[in-house]
Parts: sequence; structure tokens; C-alpha cells
Amino acid sequence: MMGLISYLVFFTTIASILAIAVLGLNLQWGNTGLFNGGVVAFFGAGAYGTLLLGGAPQADHIGGFNLFYPLALIGGAVAAGLLAWVVGRLTLHLRHDYLAIATFGVAVTFENIMRNAQGFSGGAKGLRGFTRPLEAWVNDGLTYNVLFLLVVSVLLICTYVFLERLIRSPYGRLLRAIREDEIAARSLGKNPGKIRLAAFITGSCIIGLAGGLYATFYAFVSPQDVLPTLTFQLWAMLIVGGAGNNRGAIIGTFLIWAAWTASGWSLSRFAPVELQIYTGTMQFILIGLVIVGMLLWRPQGLFPERLVVSQSGRKKN
Amino acid sequence: MADVLLHATDIVAGYVKDLPILKQVNIEVKRASLTLIIGPNGAGKSTFIKAVAGVVPVTSGEITLAGQRITGIRPDQMAQHSIAYVPQSDNIFRSLTIRQNLELVLRKSNSSAARIAELFARFPALATKHSEKAGTLSGGQRQMLAVAMALAVDPSLILMDEPSAGLSPKAAQEVLQLARDLTTEGVTILLVEQNVNQAMHLADHCYILAEGRNQHDADAAVLLNDPIVGEIYLGGRRVGTA
Amino acid sequence: MIQSLADGILVGAIVSLGAIGLTMVMHMLRFANFSHAELLSIGAYSALVFDALFSGILPILANKIGPLSMTWALILSMFCAMGATGLSAVLIDRFVFKRIRDKGDELSMVFASFGVALIIRNVLGLIFGLKSQLYSNDIVFAVMVSSDPLLLIKPDQVFVLLAALLIMLVLQFVLSRTTLGYALRAVAENPSLAEVSGIRLSWVIALVWIIGGMLAAAAGVFYGLNNHINPVIGRDLVLPIFAATIVGGIGSVFGAVLGGFIVGISANMALLILPSGYSPAVPFMIILVLLLVRPNGLFGETQT
Repeated sequence: MMGLISYLVFFTTIASILAIAVLGLNLQWGNTGLFNGGVVAFFGAGAYGTLLLGGAPQADHIGGFNLFYPLALIGGAVAAGLLAWVVGRLTLHLRHDYLAIATFGVAVTFENIMRNAQGFSGGAKGLRGFTRPLEAWVNDGLTYNVLFLLVVSVLLICTYVFLERLIRSPYGRLLRAIREDEIAARSLGKNPGKIRLAAFITGSCIIGLAGGLYATFYAFVSPQDVLPTLTFQLWAMLIVGGAGNNRGAIIGTFLIWAAWTASGWSLSRFAPVELQIYTGTMQFILIGLVIVGMLLWRPQGLFPERLVVSQSGRKKN
Repeated sequence: MADVLLHATDIVAGYVKDLPILKQVNIEVKRASLTLIIGPNGAGKSTFIKAVAGVVPVTSGEITLAGQRITGIRPDQMAQHSIAYVPQSDNIFRSLTIRQNLELVLRKSNSSAARIAELFARFPALATKHSEKAGTLSGGQRQMLAVAMALAVDPSLILMDEPSAGLSPKAAQEVLQLARDLTTEGVTILLVEQNVNQAMHLADHCYILAEGRNQHDADAAVLLNDPIVGEIYLGGRRVGTA
Repeated sequence: MIQSLADGILVGAIVSLGAIGLTMVMHMLRFANFSHAELLSIGAYSALVFDALFSGILPILANKIGPLSMTWALILSMFCAMGATGLSAVLIDRFVFKRIRDKGDELSMVFASFGVALIIRNVLGLIFGLKSQLYSNDIVFAVMVSSDPLLLIKPDQVFVLLAALLIMLVLQFVLSRTTLGYALRAVAENPSLAEVSGIRLSWVIALVWIIGGMLAAAAGVFYGLNNHINPVIGRDLVLPIFAATIVGGIGSVFGAVLGGFIVGISANMALLILPSGYSPAVPFMIILVLLLVRPNGLFGETQT
């Protein structure tokens, strides 16, 4: 029973952290139409950033500034935002798919550097030496995890409320206007480039925040945590939930994360031993099928957004 | 009835199914005539010739050319139906040379070199620039090339969408005169124009469309002397006002 | 140094073949196709299957050609693989990309191509196993062209380079001298005008996929011949191919060829300075430099 509860706490914590990342992604793709092909780089920037800033000094690499935890977390998010600023400045004025290519390249490069830059990231063995905040005060592991889950949930709710307010504000309407018809938005005297850059950076900061929480939870991050797998998972979560719909994004995250862990568990449990090495392979095929299938047959997601001005207008005519 | 080449009966058409731009249009074009369609913005003039070309889907009604039903043809099959269409803008391939533009439309023909030689004889301005990119041509020369591309496949009907738009008055007059000259060679022209004054003097017959319906039609000569038409389209003034 | 240059030229030829198809698709259909590199894998694996088939039916074909590790069976297989890959590319377009295109959802094409790449890569892994395979287990020794500076070249490498250049020349001829080539350029420039000029769009789009698939298959076979065949060929080559496309400028076939060589050579040269662990990041560095200096590529038109 305790085992089940502690697993549920663990599951919910990871899913909530990923949900924050998916909300950030939703601001980029769902609300602004920006394709981020390297979500994991921004997630990783937050993760590495937080641990480098908040961790204890290490002999073999830089970092370990022992920063007050909330500041370290914010620092991680800022690191993700800075990365987004650089990529956005270089690509957002070009054809829309340049952003996809550049972000994809950033993710490959980010993982590559984290794996190789021993003196900075700890290399392949990852970044250790981080003590989770207040851990010394809470003796019991489960209690700590429950408390951590509470913090994560509060941050998830805050992110949700922030984004809901944002997209309902005039600024949010502007984002949609740009996504639907850039030329019209420009003719209204708005500068779509600037607005898209701001949305891209904001989304990336949120993704970085999720990365920071993720690394905090494990008190550890390694190049294995920033593989492209995560990008695909987050994408599947968003498309299942429905691009543009924040509530759907959260539900989609829980669904896909449950499906992913369940499929991994059942494949490893019931599949013949010689097929076990193909567990990941089959899971990737499933993720690919979810993405393609949703785009083909239900592009609005399982929980489509209700607030699409132009489409309802079109129907009435 | 005189020799009618194009018959369009009760045409309903539009880009979106439930939103017809043409609500009911009937047009007849006589063989070897220059027929003009005019009307206010949004009347459906361009949409009509696009519907004939197969670019805009026809929801109901029938179009026949020389007695053959051509409703809803595929746009890439126009040449097989002896139709050519000159779009209003972007009607040449800028990145190809002038010769390549012509070779492209003639690629299924066996005698393309001979045909291109004929066209170059007709349009010497194009001949001298034959290996230059079409994007370098002046506005008037572009229209020449667009008309030459249409003419290349030897169509019986050419649909022209505002060929004089954006041209200098002189170039506009030249391209409209070219359309007129083609009719004397037996080619039938259906022309949409904003430049009503110049076009009307050259046209045989003229249709006026409004809000996707026929409003009026008559011989161009008659309409030229019609005070109401003159007032609306030819810049005439109402009698008694300043 | 010389060795790096020679190796780089060879990699460059392979990347170029991949980039030509990608640049044509990106120009005509206006989306970054992240599944294009998977066509190289499809090509490499289908050649493996055809090779086993031909060598089994006609063992005489399994003899090696001169100093190459290539057999007649493999050459024949390569042509069959080119056909099969071209066909696969058309089918993928019909089943996925065309349907999304018809909905007018341009942005989602990139997204879908990620999913398609994931499916192809892992289905290949499931069918053929995750281990690396080779066309021939015979070891072909490199020929020492010069000892100082050291330059070792395998006969296969010379063959691959010449074959790749020949394919590019044929394609260049088709594009610049035939009306088929004009039709391709016309559709890329202005699809609706192309259509009213008598070009059937669906045919031309299929043609682009066939050309792209065929070149990718050749690149895949060449890659397999010089390295080995595994399901992650696409994953490893997608970034270099994109880099070549961007360096050359989207839509420029000549640019893609040049971009391929630039990427291949600089990736190999960079390893003279950088530790080898960084090699996957080099193509992105090239993209980065280009975006800073000349965002539209060496031969690209201004994009908006």
C-alpha cells in the first residue's frame, strides 16, 4: 500500500513537471505557431542551470555556487530563456521551418556538449553534488516527496493561471492573430517578429523551469536526461491534449506519461526476453504513430480549444 | 443564333462550398469576338473566368465550349480543351528564361521550336531577350510573354484577367489592341477589365456583373452611348451637376 | 590533414546526395522534412535485401568487381533500392504529407515529419535488428596513395565519389536542359500558374519525391559501403543534410551539392581541432555561422 502511494506520488510529480514543460510548449506551438524541434535543450538548460547554480562546489568542474534554491531555479529558467533568445534572434525572421531546424540542432549540440564538456557539466556521468532544498529538515523520504509534489503542483497551477490570463489578454489575442494571419497582424502596425520572439522566450523559460524541477527531484542530471526522446514525448503530450488548449495539454501529459510508463512496464514484463531490447523501439513507434495519427485524424487534439475566433466566425457565414 | 463558342448557363461557383461568389451567371461568347466583362469590385468577374478555367470549382450550372461540356475541367487540362488563361499577376515564371517559359507550355508539342520561332517573329521584343530571365522584363513585356504563352498552345479561347492592370497607358493600349488583333485571326477572347474606357472601345460585346449575377449586357457600341453606363463606368457626369 | 580532406570530400558527396532531394522538397512543398534522412536508411536496407536476393538467385553476381568490395549484385541492388525508396517517398507523401497539405496546415508538416522519421527509424530497427550490418564482410584494404603526408584511400571510396558526381551531373542536366526540369522549377516558383500552364501538380510533386528518394537511396548505399548499415543512419545524418541545405540556400541544387561538400569537409577538418566527441555538433555550428553571416544561404533566394 505504501509502495503504491509512493509510486503514485512519484508518477504524479514527474507528470506534473512534464505538464509544466508542455504548457510552455503550448505557448510556443499552440498559441503562436512556433515549432520547437529541440524542446529538450531548453529543458536541459533549466536542469543543468539549476544544479550548477544551486549545487555545492565540486572539485572537478565549475559551478556549485550554492545559490539560494529559488534563485537557482529561476536562474535555470533564465538560462533556457537566454538560449531561446539567441536561437530566436537568428531564425524568427526567416522562413518558419528555420526555427525547427535550428532548435533541433541546438538540442543535438546541447546533449553533445553536456556529454563532452567534463569540466562544465560533469560529462557522461552527469552532474552530482546537489542537495535538495530542506531535505535535511524532513527525515522521511515519502514525506519529502509529498511536499515536493505540493510545490510542483502549486507551480503547475501558477503556470496554468499565468498562461490562461496571458492568452485571454490583448497580448494573447495578438499571438493568435499572428498565428492565423501574419500579414493582417502586420498591417495593424504590430511587429510580429518581436511578439513571436517574446512568446518563444517565455515558453522556453517555462520549459526551463520544468527542467529545473526535474533535476531537483532527482538531485542529478546527466546527458541521458536530455536525449531527443523527451522532445518527442512532450510533443505527443501536447498534440493529444490539443494544441492551444492549456487544460488539454495537462490532461494529455498525464495520459501519455501513463501510456509510456505502462507500455514500458508491460513490454518488459510480458514480452519475450529476446524482444526486450526492442522495448524502446516499440515505444518510439507508438509515439510516432500518436503524433502522425493525431495530425491526420484529430489535429485539434482530444480536447480541442474552445477559443478559436476565426473558425467559429467562418462557420456562421 | 450566331456562332457561339462559349456557353455558360446558370453558373454558381466559389472557393468555399457554402459561400458562392457567383450566384447565377449566364454568359455567351461569340466565336472570334472580344467579349468584355466589367463590374464593381467583388462582382465575380475574375471568379467567372477562373471557373471557366477550372481553377475555381463550379457548384452548379454548365459550361460548354463549341458544344462540348467543359464544366469543372482540371486546370492543367485547359490546353487540351483549347482554352488558355492569362492570370492577372504573376503570370510568367520569373526564374525561367523567356524561351524556357515558352518551351514549358509547349513541352507536349512536337513542333515547339517552330512554334517558338513564330511567336518570336510576332513579338520581336521577346525574341531579342530570349535567353534572359523573365523576371527582368518590363511590365508590358511581361504581359506580352504571358499572352505569347497563352497563344503558344493555339487555343480557340483565351481568358484574360485584367491584362492592363499596373501598366502604363501606352502599354495598356498595346496589350488591349493585341487582344483585339487576335480576334481577327479567329481567336476568341474573354476579357475582364477595370480599364473600362479603353477596353470598351475595342470590345464587341460587354457583360456587366454585380454581386455574382448578370446585371446587364449589350453590344459595346450600345453601352458606350448608354448614359447610365457612361456615368458609372466611363467617368461621365450626371447631367445638371457641376 | 590531407587525409581529413579526402575523407571529408567523400562524406560530402554522400551528404550532397541527401541534401539535393531535401532542398527540392523544402523548396517545392515549403516544409523542413525531418524524415528525409530516413530515406537513406530505407535505401541502405532495401539494397541489403535486394543484394541477398540477387546473390542467392545468381551467385555469379556475387563476385567482386576489380579492387572494389562492390559486387555486380550490389550495383543492381542499388538501382532497385533507388526505385523502392523513390516509391516509398511517394507513398509516405500520399499517406501523410499530402493529406496534411490538403488541409492547408502548412506548419504541421514539419511536426508530422518528426513523427514519420520516428516511425521509419524504429520500424527498420524492429525488422532488421539494432545491430550494425555490412554489405560485404570481406575486408578491403586501403591503398596508400602517399606516405608523407599519410593518405590512405579505399578503392570503394573512389568509386563512391565518382558515382555520386555522375548522378549529380545527370540531375543537373535534367533540371537545366529539359522541360521536365523547367516544370519542376515552375512548380516551385508558382504552383497555381504552373497548373494553368498545363502542368499536373500531383505528378510533379510525385516526381520530386521520386528524385529525392532515389538520390537518398544512392547516398544510403554509399554510406553503408563506407561505414556500416544501422537503423540510426537517418538520425546521424539528418543534421548534416539540413546544414548542407541551408548552406547552399533552400531550392538551389547546386547549392546543396556545394553545401554537402562544405559540411563534409569542415566536419572532418574540425576534428583536427576538436575532440572527436564533438563531431555531431559540427553541422549545427556551420548552420549557426551561416545564419549569422548569410541567412539565405550561398545560392538561396530571399525567404520570408
